[in-house]
Amino acid sequence: MSISAQKKMPMIELSGVAKSFVLHNQGGAVIPVMAGADLSVAPGECVALTGASGAGKSTLMRMIYGNYRANAGRIMVGGTDVASAEPREIIALRREVLGYVSQFLRVVPRVPTLDVVAEPLLALGVAEESARARAAELLARLNIPERLWPLSPTTFSGGEQQRVNIARGFAHDYPALLLDEPTASLDPVNRAVVLELIEAAKARGAAIVGIFHDAEARARVCDREEDVSVFTPQAAA
Amino acid sequence: MTPLLQVKGIEKRYGARIGCADVNFDLYPGEVMGIVGESGSGKSTLLNCLAGHLAPDAGQVIFDTRADGPVDTVTMSEPARRMLGRTDWAFVHQHARDGLRMNVSAGGNIGERLMAVGARHYGDIRDRAVDWLDRVEIAENRVDDRPSAFSGGMQQRLQIARNLVTEPRLVFMDEPTGGLDVSVQARLLDLLRGLVRQMGLSALIVTHDLAVVRLLADRLMVMKDGHVVESGLTDQVLDDPQHAYTQLLVSSVLQV
Repeated sequence: MSISAQKKMPMIELSGVAKSFVLHNQGGAVIPVMAGADLSVAPGECVALTGASGAGKSTLMRMIYGNYRANAGRIMVGGTDVASAEPREIIALRREVLGYVSQFLRVVPRVPTLDVVAEPLLALGVAEESARARAAELLARLNIPERLWPLSPTTFSGGEQQRVNIARGFAHDYPALLLDEPTASLDPVNRAVVLELIEAAKARGAAIVGIFHDAEARARVCDREEDVSVFTPQAAA
Repeated sequence: MTPLLQVKGIEKRYGARIGCADVNFDLYPGEVMGIVGESGSGKSTLLNCLAGHLAPDAGQVIFDTRADGPVDTVTMSEPARRMLGRTDWAFVHQHARDGLRMNVSAGGNIGERLMAVGARHYGDIRDRAVDWLDRVEIAENRVDDRPSAFSGGMQQRLQIARNLVTEPRLVFMDEPTGGLDVSVQARLLDLLRGLVRQMGLSALIVTHDLAVVRLLADRLMVMKDGHVVESGLTDQVLDDPQHAYTQLLVSSVLQV
């Protein structure tokens, strides 16, 4: 295989993905939310998921991360089929290959911000000193004042928590990244920093899937858009 | 990779009543699995069967021993199983006083487990005891105090130090944060996470606290009436529960 062909090999590839929720405690209601979803993202490419609220953007993203279970189809990320992989395979994938910046920061209370950001690197076996140095560099870049680093982020403002979450998501150079509204609730200065981080990740070859309500940000970093409402099962069915 | 622990068809009955039945799973090195369910779901019975505290009525608990590779611990000799309990296995009880000797000093509690595996040099034992007290954030000057003079959270940390000093590979935990107030719980969770990562421990954690498993466990098993009703990646089971009982459990958690 030639190098250029190799470059085109998708990092993230979904085919025929379907999802429905069954609410056992609400009369067994079945809510089909997605069917026949296909998506392909190459290294260095950033794809925006679009569609109205409720169309299934977050659901699709959560399925790629293995957080929601797919009922059908394949979800290949760096050679692993997330839809059928064992938990330990998904854990390894999340540690090494697949990063996720969610809208919510979930941490052990009391753990200092610097350690929260360094944790993905420590989990990979990076030495504590260099993991902390990288964490400090990202926090500084995202304008989190140094006096806050020894404190737990649980008491921070929404925007500060969001930036801690972004720092944590970019601590390791994941080959695949999922970004859920990375620029929401950020001021223009920090928004610009985040967009630079995304561009740098693309430049080093990361495949990115993102949800951006911020149209200007989307236009700047995304190579194409994928409207997920075409995957919404018809109500008539 | 060989699983560290292979559980096959474990069943325990109390007369006609089922304690737990048909439990199967593999645990790999470095994995932390949570076992959740309401009181009476069989989760503690299962943990005690796996740890050799209760004899199961059926099934195998195959542990990958350092010397002889995978061995069924249910059928191994009692002395061999007890040796495992002092070396490669550790058990953290919900009530620290069940896992500690309350009339022996903190240092003695840690040293005892070392002596059980052959340590004899007093200076070395004391040094390691002090080192472990430090790792669980207990001041060195408390080494000669008895655990009865410690707070609940300190007792629990001492129990963890006593268990981990022999560098086990598998830790069984029964409600390790139960009965502690929330600020102490958080500190203990942080400590446990750090130790699991640094020592590459595998652990089985029984709890009814979904927040604890979300933060500590990679995988989750949900039990009801002695049976496993659902298992998978922790965040997947909690965020996209498939079974009716798990959906009920997750939706019953009070939001703070």
